[in-house]
Amino acid sequence: MNDKRPVNLDIGTIALPITAYTSIMHRVSGVFLVAGMAVLFWLLGTSLSGPEGFAQAKECLSSFWGKLIVWAVLVGISYHAAAGVKHLVMDAGIGESMEGGERGSKLVLLTTAVLVVLTGLWVW
Amino acid sequence: MGMVVKSVTSFGRSGLSDWLVQRVSGVVLLAYFLVVGGYLVCEGSTMDYAQWSAFFASTFMRVFSTAAVLSVIAHAWIGLWAVSTDYLTERMMGGKGLVLRLAFQAASAVVLFTYLVWGIQILWS
Repeated sequence: MNDKRPVNLDIGTIALPITAYTSIMHRVSGVFLVAGMAVLFWLLGTSLSGPEGFAQAKECLSSFWGKLIVWAVLVGISYHAAAGVKHLVMDAGIGESMEGGERGSKLVLLTTAVLVVLTGLWVW
Repeated sequence: MGMVVKSVTSFGRSGLSDWLVQRVSGVVLLAYFLVVGGYLVCEGSTMDYAQWSAFFASTFMRVFSTAAVLSVIAHAWIGLWAVSTDYLTERMMGGKGLVLRLAFQAASAVVLFTYLVWGIQILWS
């Protein structure tokens, strides 16, 4: 936190590779999911509170906005999980080169794209 | 570790500890979402309250769900801490960097503690 230290990598002034964008999206999706967890806690708590709560949660999930919000949370989880698994793979020493990192980032985006469609089909 | 600079606001007061907790909690959460998601994909269309509450009343799911709640708290704290110490800094935000960072971390702590109590209440009451 020492301001006197020189900044050698000012990411605001350099062209970023795909790995940087997928890393930033991992962070953005994580912050988004902190809010998304409230949705899941509410759904779980309401659905387990009794038969009436279960019906209420089910009704919520059948409305347009309910579906859209839950889908958004599922998309967030899909991306965050895919990028998280990439971290574990790289921890194991796989794909640590620049090319490997770029391939990993593309795989994360591809996996997410598939999961976006699958969760969308499931919710709707 | 004598010469290692530690931060009082990080989860385990050490980067190595945070690194491990982030991975273990991440794997717990991935497993949990796969189990609950898989169950919902298989049974969701015919699910009623009795079946749903029985699923979460089992000892296994209560313990697994509690582990998932604790994992969310730890995982989110480490993630939010990393984000706040990277962007809410004096360099990025000017003189208010320290205040902004501590305010963000305090707000995060309140939200995550609320989730902890909420989750325990749902699972164990």
